[in-house]
Amino acid sequence: MSNFLRLLARNKLALGGLIVMGIVIFFALITPLLPLADPNVTNTADRFQPVFSEGALLGTDHLGRDLLSRLMWGTRLSLAVGFAAAIIAATIGAAIGIIAGYYGGRTDNIIMRGVDMLMAFPYILLALAIVAALGPGLLNALIAVAAVNIPFFARNIRGITVGIANKEFVDAARLAGKSDASIILSEVLPNVIPVIVIAMSTTIGWMILETAGLSFLGLGSQPPVADLGSMLGEARSALITNPHTSIVPGMMILIIVMAINLLGDGVRDALDPRLKSGALSRPMPATRVDRKGPIPEAEGDDLLALRGLETQFHVKDRVYKAVGGVDLNVRPGECLGLIGESGSGKSVTALSVMGLVASPPGVITGGAVYFEGEDLVGAPYSKLRRMRGKRVAYIFQDPLATLHPLYTIGDQLIEAVSCHRPIGKSEGRAHAVELLRQVRIPNAEKRVDSYPHELSGGMRQRVGIAMALANDPEVIIADEPTTALDVTVQAQVLTLLDDLRREKGLAILFITHDFGVVAQLCDRVAVMYAGRIVEQGPTDAILNAPAHPYTSKLMACVPELGEGRRRLEAIPGLPPVVDKLPDGCAFADRCHVATDACRRGEIPLDPLSDKRRVRCIHPVSDPATEAAQ
Amino acid sequence: MAGYILKRLLSAIPVLIGISVIVFLIMAMIPGDPATAILGSYATPENVAALNEDLGLDEPLVTRYFIWLSNMVQGDFGRSFALNRPVLDEVLERFGATLVLAGTAFVLCSVFGIAAGVISAANQYGFGDKAITFVVLLGISIPSFFLGMMMILIFAVNLRWFPVSGMWPIFGDRTIWVLLDHLAMPAIALAVVATGVVARLSRSAMLEVLRQDFIRTARAKGVRENSVIWRHALRAAMVSIIPVLGIQAGFVLSGAVYIEMVFQWPGVGRMLVDAILRRDILLVQGGVVFIAACYVLFNIAVDVAQSLLDPRIKT
Amino acid sequence: MTEALRLTGLSKTFEVGKRLFGPPRARVRAVQPVDLTVQEGETLGIVGESGCGKSTLARMLVGLLPPSKGTIEINGAALDNADPAEFGKKIQYVFQDPISSLNPRKTIRQIMEAPLINLHNMPAAKRRERISEIFDAVNLREEFLDRYPHEFSGGQAQRIGIARALAANARILILDEPVSALDVSVQAQVLNLLADLKAEFGLTYLFISHDLAVVEAVSDRVAVLYFGSVVEVGPAAEIFANPRHPYTKLLAESAPVVGRALKAPEGRATELPDPLNPPEGCAFRARCPRAQDICAVDVPELHEDQAKTQVACFNPND
Repeated sequence: MSNFLRLLARNKLALGGLIVMGIVIFFALITPLLPLADPNVTNTADRFQPVFSEGALLGTDHLGRDLLSRLMWGTRLSLAVGFAAAIIAATIGAAIGIIAGYYGGRTDNIIMRGVDMLMAFPYILLALAIVAALGPGLLNALIAVAAVNIPFFARNIRGITVGIANKEFVDAARLAGKSDASIILSEVLPNVIPVIVIAMSTTIGWMILETAGLSFLGLGSQPPVADLGSMLGEARSALITNPHTSIVPGMMILIIVMAINLLGDGVRDALDPRLKSGALSRPMPATRVDRKGPIPEAEGDDLLALRGLETQFHVKDRVYKAVGGVDLNVRPGECLGLIGESGSGKSVTALSVMGLVASPPGVITGGAVYFEGEDLVGAPYSKLRRMRGKRVAYIFQDPLATLHPLYTIGDQLIEAVSCHRPIGKSEGRAHAVELLRQVRIPNAEKRVDSYPHELSGGMRQRVGIAMALANDPEVIIADEPTTALDVTVQAQVLTLLDDLRREKGLAILFITHDFGVVAQLCDRVAVMYAGRIVEQGPTDAILNAPAHPYTSKLMACVPELGEGRRRLEAIPGLPPVVDKLPDGCAFADRCHVATDACRRGEIPLDPLSDKRRVRCIHPVSDPATEAAQ
Repeated sequence: MAGYILKRLLSAIPVLIGISVIVFLIMAMIPGDPATAILGSYATPENVAALNEDLGLDEPLVTRYFIWLSNMVQGDFGRSFALNRPVLDEVLERFGATLVLAGTAFVLCSVFGIAAGVISAANQYGFGDKAITFVVLLGISIPSFFLGMMMILIFAVNLRWFPVSGMWPIFGDRTIWVLLDHLAMPAIALAVVATGVVARLSRSAMLEVLRQDFIRTARAKGVRENSVIWRHALRAAMVSIIPVLGIQAGFVLSGAVYIEMVFQWPGVGRMLVDAILRRDILLVQGGVVFIAACYVLFNIAVDVAQSLLDPRIKT
Repeated sequence: MTEALRLTGLSKTFEVGKRLFGPPRARVRAVQPVDLTVQEGETLGIVGESGCGKSTLARMLVGLLPPSKGTIEINGAALDNADPAEFGKKIQYVFQDPISSLNPRKTIRQIMEAPLINLHNMPAAKRRERISEIFDAVNLREEFLDRYPHEFSGGQAQRIGIARALAANARILILDEPVSALDVSVQAQVLNLLADLKAEFGLTYLFISHDLAVVEAVSDRVAVLYFGSVVEVGPAAEIFANPRHPYTKLLAESAPVVGRALKAPEGRATELPDPLNPPEGCAFRARCPRAQDICAVDVPELHEDQAKTQVACFNPND
């Protein structure tokens, strides 16, 4: 709760709304205690007094009633009616929504059809019909406004409830022997309440407008009592001659509703967990670059070389060092595996190459990425864009999420080409079919017109590969391309990738967490831990004789088929969080050979042998024995 | 596609029946003798008797409903006693005017709302985003009737750019230009609130879509940023914007009631309010059912548009 | 050894395209009639790819989903009512996603107490004692009890999930992909913990996973599921080393293994059969290199094959 208020206070607009609302509500509450003129006493002699006139600060209306007094009493009434309507609608609507969403099936079906029926009316028709039946009056207007808003709440809350009712913790509560009523009250409701609060805070303003509207039409509060809407309605006939009688109540409605809306947005933002983490911001076309230190020089003639690459996530005042100085290089035709657990920074490294790390919150803070000797990190966006997909292409993990759901795969393949060179319609189509054939999709002429959802996971990933091949790039960066696939499909996709790279002489940077996959596909491998490369070298050498204790432990953890039933080696503890990296080796706390020296200063990635490097003071295997091999 | 449209039309029948039941039940809530309530307390005994005869008001509720329904299906919505003419004639005449007003406002709010939302999202936290967000906030906070009154005061009374009210001048030609001159202010006043709502939802839909993996894929392919925003992101965002447009049409239609009052627009909304104040219940009943039915049909069109956009919807 | 769990003809059919009234538009057989037995103290592994019905099977076993047909017997007594509370005392479930199986708005203590209160009516003092006993067994510190789920890592959350399952005092645990959401370094910790708990409390496990190597490492026997049917059952040590069913062989050959060259083990269509339109005969026929004419006509029954092995195939591997 205090956290919620702190978040709310940080939002300046919401704070402004809160202050204005506080003042308005305060005066509304103390109105009866103030020395105001009676709002309903008419005095036609003093009609239409202007603003700031003697004895009537805001002037008088067409019956000579004091506008200030009427305004304050009217505000009081409008607020009360608006809040009451919101609470009634939210309570009933939420109850209906929760019941429909939780029980599902026929209950849900019948309730929601009823709700749909009510929503089939333009809402005011229903309100007008209710007022017509009950007769004009403020209480009836309140009932009408609350009633027409119930379906909106019911529908909204039902959607949320369905999501929660399908969560595993609800199943767990059932298995713990809880009854339906108890699950609804103690498991579902606490998770739905924030949504109800959000829905209410964003609709109270609307309800106040609606009740004011009905009063404006003469269907709400009846003379002589007036809320803000009927004040405006009564002033309308004198709009041209005495505009102040209209402007006073109108501005008041505007101020109240605006303050409530600002406050409501603040409440929504404070309660939405996604906004807290900054996850709702739009990623920019290219990752933000803010390099502080000197830019490392290119060395050697590698096709793609990462030098001291640093990528961080800046979330509020925290800095997550996802990639903390990574050196990698890929030569033409070579497959380099980058292996690590989740959170090790392997995907961020891969995405940093072409500036695809979502930004905000991602920032490249140091290092360089050289492609054929040219630094891509400092390159302007237009240059980066021209290289994306043409020279360096990507294959991503989840093939359903990474293809556009509303375009055919043919369109998406053609686009991959057409954004780099003009291509005719028939030529583009032929090219797309050819690409699909290359990735061995059967019946390519027909499949080219399919949408992604019509294909199986394995087929979609083949389309992803075809798209990466569209412009014959030199480098393909594959970010866990088979993790989401079943093993039998994975085997096929890996074989395909392996064949293609040999045919086309592609360089591949292959990101994975699976040693088996690395062993089968990659020439060299780099192991990542807590944002840094801890070991790198030829695949066979590392898999046969891992030098870094982390690599060796990690390999021992992974059960491998054919080894039978056994107790697994486990690494104690957890990887460090990258916003609080320890001094020295990040693995030291989990390492069985760590010494005090491991916890001090920078440990370099030192050469172990001709082709191998390791970031460790106490490497596991002896370089001498390895040289002898 | 034709099959899908037919299916949707057939599925509208139970909804229409439901609507008629709801309206009928609400009207049945009117306390006291129905005939007197419908005709008002000044009705002559002859009129009351005629109405009882006409609608079989002494019959049980269910029978009355079916009589009313079968009359409506045959195009007989009853007679307005205040106006002394058939309800349907009056509704049809007024509905044309409302359609012009609400239709214009709907087009305005769709086009400007979506454009503002997209621009706002594409420049999140930039100057354009902040400016649009503020204007949108103002738009959704101002009562449309107050906005309309202020527009009359400023643009009609002081600046004399537009006529104060009405759809047509009392004298003179009824040309399209004259109509536009009269339409401009009410249509804009009506569109402002809906534009705000559409802009907000478009902005959040766009922000949601822009974080999706397929946007990253498009960028990784080297697609130009303009195309990423308007081709990839907007198309995907339209899937959630279109249903909102369907709901907004209802809000525009609702807002038209206020705007018609402020601008003396001879539409169906003003007719309903007058009818309620005169207790002309049959006119209210017929008008509500008719407009609701039109709105149902409109929403079927929205569904069809959605199915054209999204191949994942089974047609 | 006694039988802990026996499934007889257990099957589940889902109705697709339900209407308000009248019959549904189609029916999908998610689990074909399955017969399985699990001995007390045994770990039975169940492997299969996505969509093979393994999760549906698991949810039926704990009563979260009523079976369409068939019976579940626990220690010889039939459980025929779909009342989770009744199941809960005898058989418990460990979820795949450790975080989403814990209510974000409850403390760990509240989560742990639920089964003790609802299933066992335990008084407060006894509950405290029992919880601290279980937390000790799963190597969790008691200070965690007053925290909320979001404060835990995946591995810790999964330990809490296991602790909750233990709290119900059931002797049979259904482990539905308990480590697939975890990183490999944490995965091993949890697998070892499960092995320790089994020895300590004499538990019986049904271990469901898509990862053959993990299943092989923890199971006594393994059942292979394809398209809702058990196609092969056998000792863990044998089943992947000498697969009898062609599908088991395909799975075993597809798993990436260090030191084995990359080759796609099948060149033919890999599409799973369409559940709305199931094929005649053997469901694996279209992908099978050993398919014969009879495979297109009859559905092979699961039968005793070699010692301890059952297979559902007309033409099994040698």
